[in-house]
Amino acid sequence: MQKVYTKIDSIVGNVITVKADGVRNGDLAEITTSTGKSYANVIKLDGETVSLQVFSGTQGVSTGDSVRFLGVPMRVSFSEDLLGRVFDGAGKPRDNGPELSENMVEIGGPSANPSKRIIPKKMIRTGIPMIDVFNTLVESQKLPIFSISGEPYNQLLARIAMQAEVDVIILGGMGLKYDDYLFFRDTLEKSGALSRTVMFIHTASDPTVECTLVPDLSLAVAEKFALEGKKVLVLLTDMTNFADSLKEMAITMEQVPSNRGYPGDLYSQLASRYEKAVDFEGAGSVTILAVTTMPGDDVTHPVPDNTGYITEGQYYLKGGHIEPFGSLSRLKQNVNKDTRDDHRALMDGMIKLYAQYKDSLEKKSMGFLMSDWDEKLLKYGALFEKKLMDLSVNIPLEEALDLGWQLLAECFEPNETLLKSDLIKEYWPKREDLSKEEKLN
Amino acid sequence: MAEKRGIVSGVNGNMVSVKFDDSVIKNEVGYILVGNERLKSEVIRVNNSVASLQVYEMTGGIKVGDEVVFTNELLSVELGPGLLTQVFDGLQNPLPLLAEECGFFLKRGVYLDPLPNKEWDFTPSKKVGDIVREGDSFGSVPEGLFSHKIMVPFQFLGTWKIKEIKEAGKYKARDTICVIENEKGEKKKLSMIITQPVKMAIKGYEERVRPDETMVTKIRIIDTFLPVAKGGTYCTPGPFGAGKTVLQHLTSRNADVDIVIIAACGERAGEVVEILKEFPELVDPKTGRSLMERTIIICNTSSMPVAAREASVYTAVTMAEYYRNMGLDVLLLADSTSRWAQAMREMSGRLEEIPGDEAFPAYLESRIAEFYERAGKVRLRDGEFGSVTIGGSVSPAGGNFEEPVTQATLKVVGAFHGLSRERSDARKYPAIDPLDSWSKYHGIIEQERVDRAYSYVRRSAEVSQMMKVVGEEGTSIEDYIIYQKGEFVDSVYLQQNSFDPVDAAVTVERQRNVFSVLEDILLSDFALSDKRDARLFFNELRQKFLDWNGAVELSEEYIKREEALKAFYMEKRK
Repeated sequence: MQKVYTKIDSIVGNVITVKADGVRNGDLAEITTSTGKSYANVIKLDGETVSLQVFSGTQGVSTGDSVRFLGVPMRVSFSEDLLGRVFDGAGKPRDNGPELSENMVEIGGPSANPSKRIIPKKMIRTGIPMIDVFNTLVESQKLPIFSISGEPYNQLLARIAMQAEVDVIILGGMGLKYDDYLFFRDTLEKSGALSRTVMFIHTASDPTVECTLVPDLSLAVAEKFALEGKKVLVLLTDMTNFADSLKEMAITMEQVPSNRGYPGDLYSQLASRYEKAVDFEGAGSVTILAVTTMPGDDVTHPVPDNTGYITEGQYYLKGGHIEPFGSLSRLKQNVNKDTRDDHRALMDGMIKLYAQYKDSLEKKSMGFLMSDWDEKLLKYGALFEKKLMDLSVNIPLEEALDLGWQLLAECFEPNETLLKSDLIKEYWPKREDLSKEEKLN
Repeated sequence: MAEKRGIVSGVNGNMVSVKFDDSVIKNEVGYILVGNERLKSEVIRVNNSVASLQVYEMTGGIKVGDEVVFTNELLSVELGPGLLTQVFDGLQNPLPLLAEECGFFLKRGVYLDPLPNKEWDFTPSKKVGDIVREGDSFGSVPEGLFSHKIMVPFQFLGTWKIKEIKEAGKYKARDTICVIENEKGEKKKLSMIITQPVKMAIKGYEERVRPDETMVTKIRIIDTFLPVAKGGTYCTPGPFGAGKTVLQHLTSRNADVDIVIIAACGERAGEVVEILKEFPELVDPKTGRSLMERTIIICNTSSMPVAAREASVYTAVTMAEYYRNMGLDVLLLADSTSRWAQAMREMSGRLEEIPGDEAFPAYLESRIAEFYERAGKVRLRDGEFGSVTIGGSVSPAGGNFEEPVTQATLKVVGAFHGLSRERSDARKYPAIDPLDSWSKYHGIIEQERVDRAYSYVRRSAEVSQMMKVVGEEGTSIEDYIIYQKGEFVDSVYLQQNSFDPVDAAVTVERQRNVFSVLEDILLSDFALSDKRDARLFFNELRQKFLDWNGAVELSEEYIKREEALKAFYMEKRK
């Protein structure tokens, strides 16, 4: 049944064509070259001519190399054995462990029926105050982390992977520097989070095609875990590399580019991945956090722009902090009413004061005289940045809220905060607590 | 007639080339047989005896040599009682039923009957021997709040004589309830359900008339300043996060129409879920029934197959036209037409057509125009009026309105509600930019008065620009007061708090009343000595006005606050 073809007609970019019959669209093939074996998948059929995209690239492929069609589409093994393992973009082990071939599931499967979705209302605790308090992450949410290259986005992801209260973490790395891969692996291993993590890692030196498979592999596995009732968090870094790989492949296949060279279906391509975020009624959920680096800090660049239309808000990483103004979690309203009664009011109040602090800071830098109020704001802003915004802070939501009240009490009189009197009565720290706290510091 | 068949000769993305022996019709539906699955597709081009089909499903697993069956029918929807309250995908597959059948995921190749074969209480309005034409009604059934007219299919052109018609009673939707015959002796059996090609506009009315009645949305900036007419068209372009979808949801709740059709075209599934779960709970203030009873949702979200996304807006507008022909006012909200345009672009790329601007096909403009032209107010043969209003949101790349889809849309719509990032960042909702937006329709208040109020907003913006250069010190007190008045209009009238139960929906009467007070303030001269005085006065005035906005209409509070407000500014009036 599995015929071998040994005449490759053309090799263009990563695409080869052979003449064959009975081949199905999307099927997998194996190519044996002098340097080894590689998978390829069928991307186009035209009469007898079959176009295949070679995962490991076409460098060194001879027109006489053999192509064997496997008769199945691209699949990935799914079982509990995946936990703690590291794979590459073709689904092969990267960690010297055994290859897994049990219970193969198709990647890039159909989308969830909208009528089976439920309104997301469960919070994911991360221990990072800028997320938990100010832009709460919600189960089944899809959120990008917009960032400029050079920002510590991978550190942030690793921190979330270690601290987030979920059952399974899937880490998809696209175009990662090898150092970053080692950083992820070592950090997760040290913290003990590796045992609940599956990694699909494509590094910058790996073939382009494999980069585009990483999200599909990660999400196919995530979906299966979710159907088994697990709370899954998928971390992807960096989606701009994924989009760039799509661009590279589209251009070599002579597709008409639409905007800055990106293919016309960029939106659909990104959406079909992000929309895998889902909360299954009566089962688990998939939540997606994906780093999207913005070339030149330009949010109108096609990748962040299209992403913004798909996702439910964004975290904006700037200056080593999650920026409170540009960031938005569209679903936070669904959950922050049920956490603690002061959550929403405190969140709004603190951000408003922080915005005023920014104004004072600007005034100060322009050499204006600082009033008493300005001084208070400056003190508050510095404390806020140190105690809450810093990415290394790891405290549960309740503690973070208490800390918020404490910061306010250290800097302001109750009536200056514009918070409701009944909340102030309940939560405003007493003098003696405050001095105790100060001693501790 | 024997089944027409063909053989797959090539696959490229969601386009399949098919060799056929007999004949094919352009835009005819064909099914590709892959194993046990039948994949729906549409002929979009015929070239050298090879038909190009766009497939409404994923194309994985199709191979050269697979069989294709052509149906002789254009892409169609079923129209009849039972459409309301339903949730369909772009090809009119009922999604809740599909979930029962297939579980969590959409399964390709499964097509269910869109309309349940339920029993309905039929009352004939014609008798044997009567002459009818296409689109004429010969009876009705009660569907929720409406009397659903049963009509002669719109494609059966000409005059027909009724040969048989059932008496009043309960019949199933698919039962034959009427038989008609034309002069040539052709007989047709009619049921309550008719099949209508989606890409052909439904006619069957006497004439199209000018849209002259305001469609009230209970959103002040729209009803007063940027109105939409029943039977009109409008578009809301805006960058992401500017509140397009929230605005559409508000409109779908409050719009003063009989039926709302929501076409979620290539957007987030989560947003549809919100409607799905919220609407059945919400009460329509007009009828006191659940909002869902007047709603149909067409949902082809971003991760569903692209070709079906293109079909979904046509499916939606065809249903809208069908209800219009019963003498009802229908509002179609399409979110977002940019995704629909992108679907056309993807297909055009596969067909290797010469690309236009930003790789959109050259026919983009004519397709968009064709779609919006299906809106309109019509006079039916029985003298009643019906209308289809289309509101499309546009998601321009990078929030830049110069891109092809926004520009092509602006050419054909009657009102433009442009959302701006600056306004949404400043939390000024609805974030419709009052200066850039326009409307060609008549609102609930005389044009002259609206223009006068508008002029303050405009001049205020000019003064504010100037103030950025010369500072507050360099601005005259007269200019400063104009600036304050413009800002005042913005904060108390143009902005509206959609989370406040009272402020979220403002009736026409209230808008008129509030507007006259606002007008009075704008036209008054106040005794204000300096800028500080002016700022304090307008701050206080704003607070009082907002308090008034928050009071339940005609409540004691409302009257008290109105009086307090008036007393406050009268005192300062010169």
